[in-house]
Amino acid sequence: MAPTPPRDEHDEYDAYAGLVEAGEETRWAFGSGFDDPLAGVDVSVPPGADGPALAAYCLMLGDDALVLAQRLAQWCTRAPELEEEVALANIGLDLVGQTRLLYARAAAADPSVVPTLPPGSPAPPEDRLAFFRGPEEYRCVWLVEQPNGDFAATVVRLVVFAAWRLTLLGRLRTSRDPVLAAVSAKGVKEVRYHRDYAARWLLTLAGGTVESRRRTEAALESLWPCVEELGRTDDVSERLVADGVAADPAAAFEDTSAFLHRLLEEGGLRVPTGSPEPAPGTPGGRLGVHSPWLGSLLEEMQGIARAHPAGRW
Amino acid sequence: MVTGVSREITGELVPEAEADPDLVRAHVAVGAVVDPELPMLTLADLGVLRGVEIEPTGRVVVTLTPTYTGCPALATMRADVRLALAAAGFEEAEVRTALSPAWSTDWISEQGRQALREHGIAPPAHVGSDAHDTSGSTSVDLVLMPRPPAPACPRCGATASREVSRFGASACTSLHVCTVCGEPFDGVKPL
Repeated sequence: MAPTPPRDEHDEYDAYAGLVEAGEETRWAFGSGFDDPLAGVDVSVPPGADGPALAAYCLMLGDDALVLAQRLAQWCTRAPELEEEVALANIGLDLVGQTRLLYARAAAADPSVVPTLPPGSPAPPEDRLAFFRGPEEYRCVWLVEQPNGDFAATVVRLVVFAAWRLTLLGRLRTSRDPVLAAVSAKGVKEVRYHRDYAARWLLTLAGGTVESRRRTEAALESLWPCVEELGRTDDVSERLVADGVAADPAAAFEDTSAFLHRLLEEGGLRVPTGSPEPAPGTPGGRLGVHSPWLGSLLEEMQGIARAHPAGRW
Repeated sequence: MVTGVSREITGELVPEAEADPDLVRAHVAVGAVVDPELPMLTLADLGVLRGVEIEPTGRVVVTLTPTYTGCPALATMRADVRLALAAAGFEEAEVRTALSPAWSTDWISEQGRQALREHGIAPPAHVGSDAHDTSGSTSVDLVLMPRPPAPACPRCGATASREVSRFGASACTSLHVCTVCGEPFDGVKPL
């Protein structure tokens, strides 16, 4: 690093003063410091638990959150009102935060899940997992991949997702993996706000104008086919449920359905028909089989990072 | 042996009875670091400072807990803690993360609440037992959260206010308008 040129200590008009404290690269711009989000946390895999399965599970939970966060970010400059734009961005930020911890946990539990980059790349494991995996390596559910649609569709998707994630994280607070348990306990507090935000909007739209109600009903019909996937189980979850590490997908889905049915009833909305029972083994996001929407979403999200794998941000 | 200063969940940072002067100095340096988004609060007032220790090698170990998992201020806090320690002569410092128990706004000190109010930000209502939910309960409520009580206006003190948005300019705040003086204000969300 080049020596910092001497500057007048008393120059109160120097806009750069304080941004370039000698030797503190981490402080050069607000929020840009990359350090291990699990620094000082004991990340050893609990005895009897399977490290690679734990990593795969954390990637599933992280991928769900990251892909929805990216969708929510697409509302920036497009939301109906400034307050809603801020709310959607804030919810996305919480989900990015959860993703970061879950990816870091996955990388610590099984370093082989982290994509290899050219030597000297400064990208931390979380960024490698976010930006250097293709759609077939993502394990998110179809619900989060779907395009935003109108505000009603975004609200419907968010309330379904938040209700489901809350039931998962609530159960994971007692996971045998203390890191996953701690991340979940924090997440529950955040996702409760997300679910309330979306639920209140759902009731507002349902009881609003003829047009807002029509759009809400149309959103429910179009997104409902993605709901069934949330209750499916998979090999990784099954093994980890038996180990006391993961949440039982079927039980979590039951609670999610109970909440959603109650909410729809409150809004005088009909539960869409035609949602089949969860079919075990059906190809879906957890097996790396995705809707076409994920590819274009990742292309937009990953383009710059992939063009500069050794870039410093 | 590690000399330690530990933080009670609701108490103030109290150095152990026979703390060495270095520890007190490190503690004072770290204790003065402020939150980059709410600079009227020190990290101790905010309740994110969980511990300051000096290892036998002389290295200072500071433990911080994140407020919201996505809060970008944490990286800056960590850097500021290192800077403050370096300025106090502690070259070797490590900042550790504690994820559990999860941070709650109940940990914001009385002094911190007063400072928020003086700067036009409504302090959060108390969350209570749910803030430190370690009961092992696996289910979460099927009902929506009750609306938090309307915060008092930090400008005119009126207790009537309206929530404009539950999400504000930063991860930890919501937006309100005083129904008496009409001023908009931020409030820290109970968490």
